Amino acid sequence: MINIVWVLLILSGIVLAGLTGKPEVVTQSAFSAATVAVKYSLELAGIMSFWLGMMKIAEAAGLVESLARIMKPLTRYLFPSVPANHPAMGAILMNLSANILGLGNAATPFGLKAMQELQSINNDKETASDAMCTFLALNTGCITLMPTMIIGLRFSAGSRNPTEIVGTTLFATAVGMTLAIIADKTFRRIFRQVQR
Amino acid sequence: MMVNAVQELSRWAVPLLLLIILFYAIIKRVKVYECFVQGAEEGFGIAVRIIPYLVAMMMAVSIFKNAGVMDLLTGMFGQVFVLLHIPPEVIPLAIMRPFSGGGALGIAAELINSYGPDSFIGRLASTMQGSTDTTFFILTVYFGSVGVRRYRYSLAVGLLADISTFLASVYIVNKIFA
Repeated sequence: MINIVWVLLILSGIVLAGLTGKPEVVTQSAFSAATVAVKYSLELAGIMSFWLGMMKIAEAAGLVESLARIMKPLTRYLFPSVPANHPAMGAILMNLSANILGLGNAATPFGLKAMQELQSINNDKETASDAMCTFLALNTGCITLMPTMIIGLRFSAGSRNPTEIVGTTLFATAVGMTLAIIADKTFRRIFRQVQR
Repeated sequence: MMVNAVQELSRWAVPLLLLIILFYAIIKRVKVYECFVQGAEEGFGIAVRIIPYLVAMMMAVSIFKNAGVMDLLTGMFGQVFVLLHIPPEVIPLAIMRPFSGGGALGIAAELINSYGPDSFIGRLASTMQGSTDTTFFILTVYFGSVGVRRYRYSLAVGLLADISTFLASVYIVNKIFA
C-alpha cells in the first residue's frame, strides 16, 4: 500500500506540473525536500540524545518501572505479545505520556526507542509486528490533553477564549483513538485470513 | 485564567519533569551523569538511520503539494463537503493533515488568522489541527528507524483514524459552538 501511495503522490505531482507548464517545480521540490529531511534528522539527533539520556536516568532510578507497573492492565490488553516486564513497555508508556502531556519533541525519541525494543522481539525484521502496528495506531490517532501549540496560536491571534477548543479536541481525539484501536484489531484479523 | 494556567503548565512541564527525575535519581543513588551520557549515545544513530526514509517521504509530499494537486482536490471535493455541512475552506487542512505536520500547521494558522480564532472555521481548524498526528510522518520515521519496510495494515488504520477524527471534529464543533 505504501508503494502505491508513494508513487501516486509523485506521479500526480509530475503530471499536474507538466500540464500547468511548470515542470521545474518538481525538481525544486524534490531537491529542497531532500535537504530539509537531512536537516530535520540532524536536529532530531540532538533532541533524541537529550531525552534518551534523561530516560536512562529515569530507568536507573526505577521510575519507568513504576509507571509500567501502574499501567499494566491497559498495556496487557493493548500489547498481549509483549512480555509485561520487557523494556519496550517502559518506552511505549513514556511515549504515550509525552503525547498526552503535549510534549511533542519528547514523544518522538521515546517512540523510536520503543520501536527499537519492539524490533528486538520481532521475528521478521522487515515486516511490522502486531505490537508495532498497535503502537503506531495509538500514535497516529493519539490522545492529547493539551494541544499547547494551537492554544498559543489562538492566543496570539487575539482569541477571547483560546482554550475553548480543549474540550472539542479531546472529544475528536478520543473518537479517533478508539476507532484506531478497533481498526487495528479488526484489520489484523482480516489481514491474517487474506494471507491464508 | 484558564489560559494562564495552561500557559504556565506548558512553560513548567519540562523543567518540572527534569526536576522530578533528577531528584528521585539522586535519592536512589543513581550515577546521573554517566547514565545520561550512556542513554544519549543512542540518539545520533537512530536519527541518522531515519534519513533515507524521511527523504523518500518528504520529497514525494513536497512534489505533490507544490505541483498544486492539493488545489485540484479541493475543487473536486468542494461539492461533497457543502452537502455534509462542512465549510470548504477547511478542505486543504483536512487533506494536508496526514501528510505534513508543518504544512497543516501553516494552513491552520492561516485559517485562524484570516477568519478569526473565534469564528466557526477558526474553531474547527483549531480542533482539527490539535486532535490528530501526522500519519505519514509517524509511519515513515518510526518504521524507518528500525528498518521495517512492510507496514502491513498500518497506513490504512492511520488514515481511517484521520478521517474519523476529522468527522468527529466537524460534528462536535457544530454541536458545541453552532
